[in-house]
Amino acid sequence: MTTPDSDAFGSRFPHRDLLGIAGLSPQEIVFLLDLAEGYVEVSRRAEKKQELLRGRTIINLFFESSTRTRTSFELAAKRLGADVINMSVAWSSIKKGETLIDTAMTLNAMHPDVLIVRHPDSGGVKLLSEKVNCAVINAGDGSHEHPTQALLDALTIRRRRGSIAGLEVAVCGDISHSRVARSNIHLLNTLGARVRVIAPPTLMPSAIDRLGVTPYFDLCAGLKDCDIVMMLRLQNERMQGSYVPSIREYFHFFGLDREKLKNAKPDALVMHPGPMNRGVEIDSELADDIDRSLIREQVEMGVAVRMACLDALTRGLQSNA
Amino acid sequence: MAKHRSAYLNARLLDPESGLDQRGDLLVEDGVIVDLGPGIFDGGAPEGVEATDCGGDCLAPGLVDLRVQLREPGEEHKETIETGSAAAAAGGVTSLAALPNTEPVVDDVAGVEYIARRARETKLVKVYTYAAVTRGLEGRELTELGLLKAFGAVGFTDGLKPVADAMVLRRALAYGKTFGVTIVQHAQEPALSRGAMNAGELATRLGLPGIPPLAEVMMIERDLRLVEMTGGRYHAAQISTAAAVEAIAAAKARGLPVTCDTAPHYFTLNENAVGDYRTFAKVFPPLRREDDRRAVAEAVAGGVIDAVASDHSPHDQDSKRLPFEAADAGIVGLESLLPLSLELVHKGQMGLLDLLRRLSLAPAGILGLKAGRLAKGAPADLVLFDLELAGRLDPDSFRSKSKNSPFENHPIQGRVLRTVVDGRTIFQAE
Repeated sequence: MTTPDSDAFGSRFPHRDLLGIAGLSPQEIVFLLDLAEGYVEVSRRAEKKQELLRGRTIINLFFESSTRTRTSFELAAKRLGADVINMSVAWSSIKKGETLIDTAMTLNAMHPDVLIVRHPDSGGVKLLSEKVNCAVINAGDGSHEHPTQALLDALTIRRRRGSIAGLEVAVCGDISHSRVARSNIHLLNTLGARVRVIAPPTLMPSAIDRLGVTPYFDLCAGLKDCDIVMMLRLQNERMQGSYVPSIREYFHFFGLDREKLKNAKPDALVMHPGPMNRGVEIDSELADDIDRSLIREQVEMGVAVRMACLDALTRGLQSNA
Repeated sequence: MAKHRSAYLNARLLDPESGLDQRGDLLVEDGVIVDLGPGIFDGGAPEGVEATDCGGDCLAPGLVDLRVQLREPGEEHKETIETGSAAAAAGGVTSLAALPNTEPVVDDVAGVEYIARRARETKLVKVYTYAAVTRGLEGRELTELGLLKAFGAVGFTDGLKPVADAMVLRRALAYGKTFGVTIVQHAQEPALSRGAMNAGELATRLGLPGIPPLAEVMMIERDLRLVEMTGGRYHAAQISTAAAVEAIAAAKARGLPVTCDTAPHYFTLNENAVGDYRTFAKVFPPLRREDDRRAVAEAVAGGVIDAVASDHSPHDQDSKRLPFEAADAGIVGLESLLPLSLELVHKGQMGLLDLLRRLSLAPAGILGLKAGRLAKGAPADLVLFDLELAGRLDPDSFRSKSKNSPFENHPIQGRVLRTVVDGRTIFQAE
C-alpha cells in the first residue's frame, strides 16, 4: 500500500512503494522524470558509481523469468552504490509449497531496503508489499502494471519531443494481457497526451474506452497522424491459434512496417518495450532504423529511470529500524 | 410418558404459507407445533410448560438453506458437519442441503448415508445432502438418481460445475423425471467462465481476466430448451444477472418446471467490492455490475427468484491470501444470511412475509421438505429474531471454521435470538 510520507527528507515522492502509475499525480511523475534526467548524464560518464545507496540492500525478486528488466534494475542499484541480490523463483513451485506470503516474510526478516518484484499474477506485487516493511517496486505484475517501463517510455519521448502533452500516441498489440499498455495509458493520459489503442478484438480488453483511450481494430486507421507508435510484444502462447490464427496473419494486419507507418506523421517515432519478435509485431529493418526507432534509447533510459525510482523511494527511508 | 411441552408467548407470529402476521403465542408438544394464535394462553402459560416470553420479537419458521458447502468429508480444515451446523444454528437455519462436491464426491449411496449418519451424531440442524448428477462430477456418466433419491438425496447437482454436455443434461432431466428429482444446475458456461471477476472496466483496470455476464444467461437458455423437451424439474442456482432473471421469468410464464435461487452477496454487493484485489469478494459467479445487482434484488422481491440461499463456501486463509486469480472463490454465508436479506425489507423493497417465504417455505418446497411453515402439525423448527436491532457484521465472531466474508463491519439491522429444531433450542444469543 502506498502511504503518504512526511516531507521531512525533502522528498517530493510521498509514497513508500511504487506499485503502479495509477494514482500518481502529474507532479509526482514529472518529479521522477526530472530526477531521471540527471541520472542519464551520470550513466554516460566514465565514473558511474554513486554513493547515495551505500550500505543499502536491494533484492531483485523475480517470480517470472526476465533478463532485461532484472539487469536494468541491478545496474541501476549498483550504480547508486547499493548491495544487490538477485532471486529468481519459479512461481509454479511456490504455489505448491511455500506461499507468496511466506516468501515475503522470509525476505522481510533479512531487512532489505527495497524489494523489486516481478510476479506473473495481477496484484501479486501489491499482496507481497502488504507483508513487508520495506519499499517495494513493481517490476511487472501479471497484466496489471509495469510502472518503470511507462516512466522510461515517457522519459524517452520527452527527451525527443520536449513534452508529452498534446502528443498523439498509438499503443498497438496485445492490449488485453499487457501491463506495459496499462501503465502507459495511465501515464500518458495523466501528462496530457491523447492515446489510441490498436488490437484485434481478441486482444482488446472490454470497456477499454473507460480508461480514456480510443480503440481501433485497424492498424492503418489507428496510426493516422500519430506522433508516437508503441508496439507491444505478442507472447508466444497467444500466437498459436487461440487469440490470433497465425503469426503470418497477425503480422499482415497488425505488424508494423514502413508501409503502414506512412499513415502516421512523417516524423513519427517507433517504440517497443522489448524483447522484440522481429517479423511478428515489427519489421526487422524498421526496428533497427535509428532515425525512426527509439528502441535502443529506451533501454538506456530504463537504467536512468530505475535509478531515479530507487533514489526517490529511499530518500524517505529512515535508517532501517 | 408425559409429553414435553414448551410455549412461546407474546411473539410476532409469522407464517409465509398462510400469511399469518399477528401477535400471539405458540405451543409445541414433542417437537411439533400443536397450537398457535392470539391469546391461546390467556393469562399465562399452563403448569408444566417451559415458557419463553418473546417480548414481541419475530417468531418464524426456521430458515431452509438450499446451498451450503460443509467441506466434510475431505476438507475438514475449512469446515465440518459439526461446525457448519453450529454456524447454521447461529444463523437461524434449521434445515440445510449440502453440496456433493466433497472429497470423495457424494455420488453413491454410501456417501449419502455417511452424511446422514454424521448429521445424526451432530444433533443440531437438519442436514440433508444433494448427490452428484454425474459420477465424480466429471460430467459424463449419470449417478444412480433413483436409488440415491430413495436413500435421501434431496436433489442432484454437480456443485460448482455445470453439467456442460447437453446430452448428459438431457438424459439427467429425462431420466430424473421418472423419480421426480430436481436437477440443480450451476448455470455458468464453462469456457466463457475462465476468468477471475466480472468482465468490464474494473477487470480491465486490474488486469484480471473477465467473465462476461452472458456466460450465465446462455447456459440457462440452453438448459431451458432441454427442460422444455424433457419436462424434467430444473433449478438454476446462484442467479447473478438481469439477463438470467429475464430468461427464468419467461420460462416460468411458459409454465416450465423451473425454479432458481441467489445469495445475499448478489443483491447486496456489486463488482466494486473487489476493489484492490480483495479476494474475500471473489465468488463464482462473480459479483456483477450495479444494474445486475439491482435486477437480482428486484427479482427476489418480486418472486422470479424463488429462494435466497447462503451459498456458504468456507475457505481457510491459505486459500484466500493469494493473488486474486489464484485465490479460491467463495464466501461464508450461514451467519449473515438473515441480516443481509432483511436489508431488502428494511429498505422497503419487499414485505417480511415474502422474504421469509424465500428463506424457508420456497426452498423447502424445492427440496421436497416438510419445513417452512408455522402451523399446527408442522415440525417445531423455529427462528426467533429481533427485526430491528442494529449492529455490524463481525466475521471473527462466526461459529463457522472459516471467516472469509467481505461483509466485515457491514451495517445490519436484525439479529437471530434463538433457533429451535423439533422443539429443542439449539442456539440462543448471548
